[in-house]
Amino acid sequence: MRMMPPEFMVKISDSCIKCKRCINECSFGALRFENDRVVADHDKCAACHRCTAFCPAHAITVEKFPAIFKDNYLWSQDVLKSLWKQSESGAKILTGAGNDKPYPVFWDKMLLDACQVTNPSIDPLREPMELRTYLGKKPDKLEFWQDKKGDIKLTTVMEPQIKLETPIIFAGMSYGAVSLNVQLILAGAARELGTIMNTGEGGLPQELSEYKDHIVVQCASGRFGINLSYLNSCAAIEIKIGQGAKPGIGGHLPGEKVTEEISRTRRIPSGTDAISPAPHHDIYSIEDLRQLIYALKEATRYKKPVGVKIAAVHNVAAIASGVVRAGADMITIDGFRGGTGAAPQVIRDHVGIPIELALARVDEQLRREGIRHMASIIASGGIRQSADVLKAIALGADAVAIGTAALVSMGCHLCQKCHTGLCAWGIATQKPELIKRLNVEEGIKRLVNMIKAWNLEIKEILGALGVNSIESLRGSRERLRGVDMDEVYLDVLGIKPAGR
Amino acid sequence: MKIDAKGLNYRELNERIHDAVSNGVEEIDLVNVLGQRYIGTGLDREVTLNIYGTPGSDLGAFMDGPIINVFGSGQDDIGNTMNGGSIIIHGDAGNVAGLSMRTGKIFIKGSVGYRAGIHMKAYQDQCPVMVVGGRAGDFLGEYMAGGKLILLGIFKKEKDPVAGRYIATGMHGGVIYVRGGVNKNQVGKDVAVEEVDNEEKAEIKSEVEEFCRHFGITRIDDIMASPFVKLLPKSSRPYGKLYAY
Amino acid sequence: MFKRAETKDISGCAVVGIMNEKGKTIRGDVITSAIAVMHERSNGLGGGFAAYGIYPEFKDYYAFHIMFEDEGVKDSVETFLQDSMVVVKSEAIPIRKKMSLANTPILWRYFLEVPKSKIPAGFSEEDFIVSVVMRINTRFNGAFIFSSGKNMGIFKGLGYPEDVSRFFRLEEYEAYLWTAHGRFPTNTPGWWGGAHPFGLLDWAVVHNGEISSYGINKRYLEMFGYECTLMTDTEVIVYMLDLLLRKHNLPQDIALTALAPPFWKEIDEMDKNKKEAMTALRMVYGSALLNGPFSIIISSTSSMIGMTDRIMLRPLVVARKQDTVYMSSEESAIREVCQDPDEVWSPQGGEPVYARLEERA
Ligand code: SF4
Ligand code: SF4
Repeated sequence: MRMMPPEFMVKISDSCIKCKRCINECSFGALRFENDRVVADHDKCAACHRCTAFCPAHAITVEKFPAIFKDNYLWSQDVLKSLWKQSESGAKILTGAGNDKPYPVFWDKMLLDACQVTNPSIDPLREPMELRTYLGKKPDKLEFWQDKKGDIKLTTVMEPQIKLETPIIFAGMSYGAVSLNVQLILAGAARELGTIMNTGEGGLPQELSEYKDHIVVQCASGRFGINLSYLNSCAAIEIKIGQGAKPGIGGHLPGEKVTEEISRTRRIPSGTDAISPAPHHDIYSIEDLRQLIYALKEATRYKKPVGVKIAAVHNVAAIASGVVRAGADMITIDGFRGGTGAAPQVIRDHVGIPIELALARVDEQLRREGIRHMASIIASGGIRQSADVLKAIALGADAVAIGTAALVSMGCHLCQKCHTGLCAWGIATQKPELIKRLNVEEGIKRLVNMIKAWNLEIKEILGALGVNSIESLRGSRERLRGVDMDEVYLDVLGIKPAGR
Repeated sequence: MKIDAKGLNYRELNERIHDAVSNGVEEIDLVNVLGQRYIGTGLDREVTLNIYGTPGSDLGAFMDGPIINVFGSGQDDIGNTMNGGSIIIHGDAGNVAGLSMRTGKIFIKGSVGYRAGIHMKAYQDQCPVMVVGGRAGDFLGEYMAGGKLILLGIFKKEKDPVAGRYIATGMHGGVIYVRGGVNKNQVGKDVAVEEVDNEEKAEIKSEVEEFCRHFGITRIDDIMASPFVKLLPKSSRPYGKLYAY
Repeated sequence: MFKRAETKDISGCAVVGIMNEKGKTIRGDVITSAIAVMHERSNGLGGGFAAYGIYPEFKDYYAFHIMFEDEGVKDSVETFLQDSMVVVKSEAIPIRKKMSLANTPILWRYFLEVPKSKIPAGFSEEDFIVSVVMRINTRFNGAFIFSSGKNMGIFKGLGYPEDVSRFFRLEEYEAYLWTAHGRFPTNTPGWWGGAHPFGLLDWAVVHNGEISSYGINKRYLEMFGYECTLMTDTEVIVYMLDLLLRKHNLPQDIALTALAPPFWKEIDEMDKNKKEAMTALRMVYGSALLNGPFSIIISSTSSMIGMTDRIMLRPLVVARKQDTVYMSSEESAIREVCQDPDEVWSPQGGEPVYARLEERA
C-alpha cells in the first residue's frame, strides 16, 4: 500500500525543445520520453539538479512536492515517511551525506576579532602572511649544540612530520564510497596546494601511487588493501577508529558496489560485501590502540607519522588524551555533522556531538595535561568555509579536514543519495557512465581554486587580527567571542561573550 | 646469526633484526625472547626467524615473506594483517590470531584463544591458511571473508569442546574445516555446516601433512581417519537485507 | 582601588635602556631625563625603572620589592616569607614624602636568603623563588611583587616616569644598567602593579606595543604552570623568557629567535643545519612567537637585549658611546643623555641587539 507522497516535483515548461538531454542526465531514472514529451516520475527525483543544470532551454525545474499535512511539530513529515518506509521494508533506513537536522551550528555563534588602533592590522597582500603548518609529534622542548664558532646545531631528533602549505587537508573518503575520479581530483589538488588527501579505508588505487607524498592511507577495521607497499606509499598512516557520521558502528560496502576495480584495491573478490567491523578486533582498549600504533610504526620503521581518527562523542576529551598518550602523532576529531557514503539514518542524525565543542574540550584537556605538543589536532565534520577554518584554528586545531566542501566544489548538490551509488555528478558512484561525468582536470582546477580562495580569506583575517602567521592564531581563543550562547557553552568553548 | 634478546626492548631488538636482514642475513636465532612485540613485523624478505622464548603480541604483523618458528607459545594478534610467509608456533597462541591475514600460513600446534582467524580474506590466488592442532575459543572465524581455517582438536583435554561459541558469525567467504564436527548451536546463523567429500579431504590432508611436518607428528593417517565437517557462508552478502534506501 | 586588570591590558609606550658594559655605574637621574624626553608617548598612567647593581652590600640575597594594599596583607606575606626563607633585612623603600602619587600602596623591600633545607626535591633555588613569587602574586590578595632578583630592583608606579623617579628618589641610586618605561594605557585601572617594567628573578622587561598573539602565548605558558594574572604582554614576555632560557635551557640567541623567528621563506633558503634548527624551532615553539607590534628591552644581571617584532611595527634605536650602550624608542632620548654617540643604528626586525657585561676579574 502506498502511503508517501513524493518529496519533489519535476516541472517541465512549454519552452522544452525536446532534446532529451535531461533524460540522459538523470541517473535516478526519474525522466522518460512518452507521447512526444518529457514525463517525470516524481517519486524517483532526488533533487540532485543535474537536469536543471544541463537543460539548454531552462525548461525544467524541481520543486518541493506541495503535500500539506496537518501541522504537527512532533510528528513531522520526515518522521512519518521513515515510519512508512520501515513498515514497508522491515529494515533500518540507510542514508548518505551528513546530518541535516537543525541542531545548533556553533561556528555561526562565534565571531572573530580585528585590530583597531592599539595594535595594527597587517596588509596581507603586501606583507608576508604564513599558513605553513607541520603535523606530527613535537618534543616539548628543543636541545641545541653550539660549536666554538658559535654555529648552532639542533641535537633533538625530530619525529617525522607532514608539511602543509595550508592548514586545510582533505578528509578520508574511500574508493568505493566515492569514485576514482574523486580521489584523483583530491590527490591532484593536494599536490598542487601542498597539502594531503586521505584514501579512507578502501585501499590505494594504483592510479594514485604517483601522489604518494600527498596521501594519508587509512588502516581501518576492515584492513582492506593493507600490505607493506600500501603502508609505505604515503605521507602518513591513519588508524580509523570512528567517523562523525556514524560513531561506534562499522562500515559496509554492499557487494554490488564491489566492482572489479574496487575489488583490486580492496583485495577482496568482486561482488562480496566489504565489511568493516565496528571495532578493530585487535583494539579492545586503549593499550591495544598503542599496540597497533606501534605495530604500524614498526612496519614502516618509524618513518611515517601515525594518526588516529575518532568520532566526537560525549567523552571525547578523555578519549583523545588516551589516544595521544597511546602514541598517536595526530588525532582527527570528526564531529557529528561529518559526511558519509552510507550510514543508518538513526546513527547519522542522533549520535555524536558538535565538532566545535569537541575540539575546544580536547585542546583544553591536552593542554591541562601538558601533552598538547605530543599530537597535532585535526578538526573535521561540517567545516564549510574559510571562517569555520579560522574559528577551528582559534579554538586550538592544527588543521581542519574537509570532505563535503571539497565534493561540493566538484559538483555535489547535497541530495543525500550517496548510498544508492547513483550519484548523478559522478562522485558517489562506481558506474563508469556516471564517473566519466566528473572531469579530473577540471575538478582539480575547481578544488584548487576553492582552497586558494579560502587561503586568501584566511590571510585577510589574519592580517585584520594583526598576526602574520597561523600559529599566532592557533589556540588563541582570546580572539573569539560568542553570541547567542549561554554561559555553559561559552565555558565549554573557553571563550568570552561578545562585549566582554 | 644469533641475537640474545635478554634485556632488549622491542624497538632495539627489531632494529637489530631489520639491520641484519638488510645486511643479507637469512636466518636468525633469537634467544631469551620475553614479551618483545612486533618481531618480524614489517619484514618483507624470505628470512627465517627462530624464536626461543615467548614473543610478545603482533608477532609477524603486516609481514610479507619470512618464516617464523616459535619454540614456545605466542601471545595475542599473531600474524595480524600479514601478507605472506609462515608462522609456526610450537605451543599455544593467544587471542585474535591471524586477524585479517590475506596470504601465508599460520600453524599452531596447541590451542588458540578467542577470535582466531577473524576477517581472513582471500583474493585471486592469495589464500591464507591457518591450522590449529588444539582447540579454539569463541568467535572462531568471525566475519571470515576468505581463506582456510583448519581446526584439528588433537591436543586438548578430552572434555573440552573443539571450539567455543559463535563460530563464524558474519562469515561471508572462505571455509572452516573442523575435525570431529561441531554442534549446530555453536555456529552463527549465516553459516552452513556440510559434510566433507573425499576430494576436499585430500586438500585438507596436504595442509595437515605440512602441519605434522613442522611439529614432527607422524600419525597423519590417524588424524585424517576422523570425520571432518566444513563451515561455509550461506551467502556472500550476509547483511544485504538489513537496509532500506 | 588596587584593582587588577580584568580585561587585556592595551597600551602604547616609550622604552629606554642604558648599560655600561664595564659595570661602571650611572646615576638614576640620567635615565630619568632620557625617558622624560618621550613624555608624549606616555599619559601619566604608569612609569617605571629597573636598576642593576644597586645593592652591592646585599648582592648575595634575593631583593624583593613588594607593594601591599594594607598592613594586614603585609603581615601575612611577611609570615609566609619568614616560613619559607630567611629574611636578612626588611625596610620601607625610601620615597619622597612630600610627593603624592595616586593610590600609593605600602612599598617595602626584603633581602632574602634561601636555606637549602627549604628547597623541595627536584627544585632548583630559582624554581623555588619563582614558586614563591607566583604564590604571593596569585594567592595573597592585595600584595604584588615588583621584582625578585639579586642586586637589582624595580621601581614603578602611577604617574609619568619622571614623577615616579622623583617619588622613589632614583637620583640617589647608582646602577650599571637601567631600563625605563613610560606607559600609555587605554584601559588601565589605577593599579601600581600594572606599570612596567615587569620582572621575575633578575629578568626585567620593558615593552612597547601590543602583542596580537597574547591569547596563545598565555595558554602556552599555562601548560608549563605559569599563571598569567596581570593581562599584560610584559608579564607574558618575562615568563616566556624564563621558560625558554631557564627551564628549557635554550641558547640565548635561539630563545630570542623563538620570540621573533625568521619567515618560512627565509628559512627555506638557509643552509642545512640552520634550516633544520629553525624549522624545528618554529614547529616546537610556534606558540611562543610574539606576533604583532613590539619593541622590547630585556635586562638581566649580565645583559641588556633590545629587539623588535619580525616586521618592525614598533621602533627601536640603538647607540653606543665607548662602553655604554643605549636603546630607546626614539633617538631623541638617547641624544638627550649622550650628545655624540660613536654609532647609532636601527636594528633589523626580529634581530636581537646585545649589550653584555664584561666578566670582571
Ligand atoms: S533537457 Fe530541457 S529542453 Fe531538453 S528535454 Fe529535458 S526539459 Fe526539455
Ligand atoms: S555526492 Fe552525489 S549523491 Fe551524494 S549528496 Fe553529493 S550529489 Fe548527492
